[in-house]
Amino acid sequence: MYDAPTLERDVTEAKTKFSARNVQVWYGDTHAIKDVNVEIEDNTVTAFIGPSGCGKSTFLRCLNRMNDTIDVCRVEGDIRLDGEDIYDKKVDPVQLRAKVGMVFQKPNPFPKSIYDNIAYGPRIHGLARSKAELDEIVENALRRGAIWDEVKDRLDAPGTGLSGGQQQRLCIARAVATQPEVLLMDEPCSALDPIATAQVEELIDELRANFSVIIVTHSMQQAARVSQKTAFFHLGELVEFGETGHIFTNPEDERTESYITGRIG
Amino acid sequence: MPATWIVLLVLALAVTGYVLGRSRALKSAGGDSRNLHSLPRYYGAHVLLMTLVPALGALALWVILQPLIVDNAISAGLPDSAIPEASTRGLVMSDVRRVADGLDLAVSEGTISAEDAASLRPEFNNIRDRLGEVGVALGSDVSAPVLKAAQEYRRASSTASLLMTITVLAIALLGFGYALSRTNGEFRARNVVESGIKALLVAAASIAILTTLGIVLSLIFNTLEFFKLYPAWDFFFGTTWSPSFGGGSELGILPLLWGTFYISLIALAVAVPIGLFSAVYLSEYAPRRIRSIAKPLLEVLAGIPTIVYGLFALLTVGPLLLKVFGDGGLDWMQAGTAVMTAGLVMGIMLIPFVSSLSDDIINAVPQAMRDGSYGLGATKSETVRQVILPAALPGIVGAILLAASRAIGETMIVVLGAGAAARLSMNPFDAMTTVTAKIVSQLTGDADFASPEALVAFALGMTLFVITLGLNVFALYIVRKYREQYE
Ligand SMILES: Nc1ncnc2c1ncn2[C@@H]1O[C@H](COP(=O)(O)OP(=O)(O)OP(=O)(O)O)[C@@H](O)[C@H]1O
Ligand SMILES: [Mg+2]
Repeated sequence: MYDAPTLERDVTEAKTKFSARNVQVWYGDTHAIKDVNVEIEDNTVTAFIGPSGCGKSTFLRCLNRMNDTIDVCRVEGDIRLDGEDIYDKKVDPVQLRAKVGMVFQKPNPFPKSIYDNIAYGPRIHGLARSKAELDEIVENALRRGAIWDEVKDRLDAPGTGLSGGQQQRLCIARAVATQPEVLLMDEPCSALDPIATAQVEELIDELRANFSVIIVTHSMQQAARVSQKTAFFHLGELVEFGETGHIFTNPEDERTESYITGRIG
Repeated sequence: MPATWIVLLVLALAVTGYVLGRSRALKSAGGDSRNLHSLPRYYGAHVLLMTLVPALGALALWVILQPLIVDNAISAGLPDSAIPEASTRGLVMSDVRRVADGLDLAVSEGTISAEDAASLRPEFNNIRDRLGEVGVALGSDVSAPVLKAAQEYRRASSTASLLMTITVLAIALLGFGYALSRTNGEFRARNVVESGIKALLVAAASIAILTTLGIVLSLIFNTLEFFKLYPAWDFFFGTTWSPSFGGGSELGILPLLWGTFYISLIALAVAVPIGLFSAVYLSEYAPRRIRSIAKPLLEVLAGIPTIVYGLFALLTVGPLLLKVFGDGGLDWMQAGTAVMTAGLVMGIMLIPFVSSLSDDIINAVPQAMRDGSYGLGATKSETVRQVILPAALPGIVGAILLAASRAIGETMIVVLGAGAAARLSMNPFDAMTTVTAKIVSQLTGDADFASPEALVAFALGMTLFVITLGLNVFALYIVRKYREQYE
């Protein structure tokens, strides 16, 4: 199984992709994210860890403005993608989301065929000029999502008819097919067996060559295996952020230490 | 004893039974409800149900059957000589019942004493006048056999009523005693009450189904009656509708069906796009504040009685259309009443129906589906078109078909807006009429119910029923088919 030692990971001087300053998020009166500052680098896998309900998903959804779809949600502060404020009035959230793809915590395939599920993004953004090209994009995405072998004979079957884990990989493939610059993955392996998990982790590592990847996970091992940077959230605050190897071997905050050694969670 | 009193008595007994059953069960368990098989209230409910249900069931059955049985018995006792020529046993029996009712009324008002009522003789007492005094008008003088039968009728009825009181109360007491005697800590009251409740629910469902069945059967029999008098071929394929009560009418359904179809088509062409688009706007685009105002407003529109829409068609839409398409304008239209008028107004009537059903269906599409689409960089309209509408399609098709069956069954707007001429024409500005409107006009007035001109209403109703039934079945089929595919 893929399990590279973290220390050998080379973190070259990468340029900043996302930069968040003083981000606050409210759901009505609930203060879900408190004053978060973080710099996320390009060509890097960043892991968000932390106990359930601490705001990992919420912060992730700020990065592609998915929180806009929730009525009661209010985001404050400054989030920049390549130096451009994404909450600026001039920014089109639709375009932003094409650049910043997302895999959701719960698999949400469309009630369409497997093929149409994957082709959805490429069709919307006009990525393919011909049917053959589209076929190729779909096959490629399904291969990267580690699900091609299981579905290649039934591309016309509804995506909702797949098993939970297959749906999760379908959603990963769907996000990859749109060719985003940043991929946000909210617990992408929560329903996967070890083999599929390894394949997805391999994909994440591969994506790092061209994209920036942010992954939320409840598995310390997974965070250690795939990420170069790790952010630990606790009760809406970003407690600690730094090199993955450093956080796991030498945490500065005692809350981080208790969490990764399994004392809070 | 009147039925109301019997019901009240049985109810009182049942409530007493509840209290007694509950306390008896508790006592048998030494006051500790944990030693009982079921909660104490189940023991009470058991006694209550055993007292109430059989007694009231018997009462209901008795009330329905008693008049039938008494009627039959008296009718059999009427000598043939008592039936005048050109009359029937049934007509004489209805006289008998009127006289009996009249006597009842007279006795209760005190104009005739109870003994007198039982011993009146037509030769000596002027019955017709005396009943007239209490407001019962009789067509002719009462003959001796009729009076005798009426007196017998009263006697039989009162005996039967007494018998009914005794029987029902006895059944209630029996149930009460039996249930109470079975009440002890071991008795599985909960299971018995559960199955009792299930039986009640089954009974309610069967009443609904049996009623429907009765209506359908009566439709079928009357339709068959009609087809004995008028050839089915001419009815289904005749292209002329011209009833004349003197005989020699032509009763072809085709012009009526065409009118129904044409008006419904125009109505749906108005209601479906407008209703659907407003549903999409309300559920996907509208800010919450607008939605909270607009949705109730649309639903108010659904509460307007159709007769008001009919007035609107007659007084506003018709003249307006006439101004544009009539004599002064394009000259396509002769009068304000036309297919177009009725269709437009019916379409407006159906808008809230389509929009509020579709709105519910669109809202039922899970938010995760929208998130998935927005997360891939889709715009709102792309999401609506490619994800939400396909997911909601079966429900929306169902809503449209329901709207279609309402359009087909609509009467008032047609009567006021479309005119009364049965006509096969392609021009939407001609007056036409529909099946429902003609059912009304065939049955109003002094029609003889045995003539084909009146019976045709049943055949029309039957045809309409089959069409709407077909539509509903088709709607269900579509909904099922797509649901299987998507879930
Ligand atoms: N749509 C919403 N409306 C109101 N409150 C919300 C909403 N979504 C999340 N919250 C609240 O915000 C806080 C953070 O939730 P979030 O989903 O970000 O947690 P999480 O870290 O992703 O947890 P998990 O690991 O269980 O997925 C929680 O207290 C939650 O109750
Ligand atoms: Mg989460």
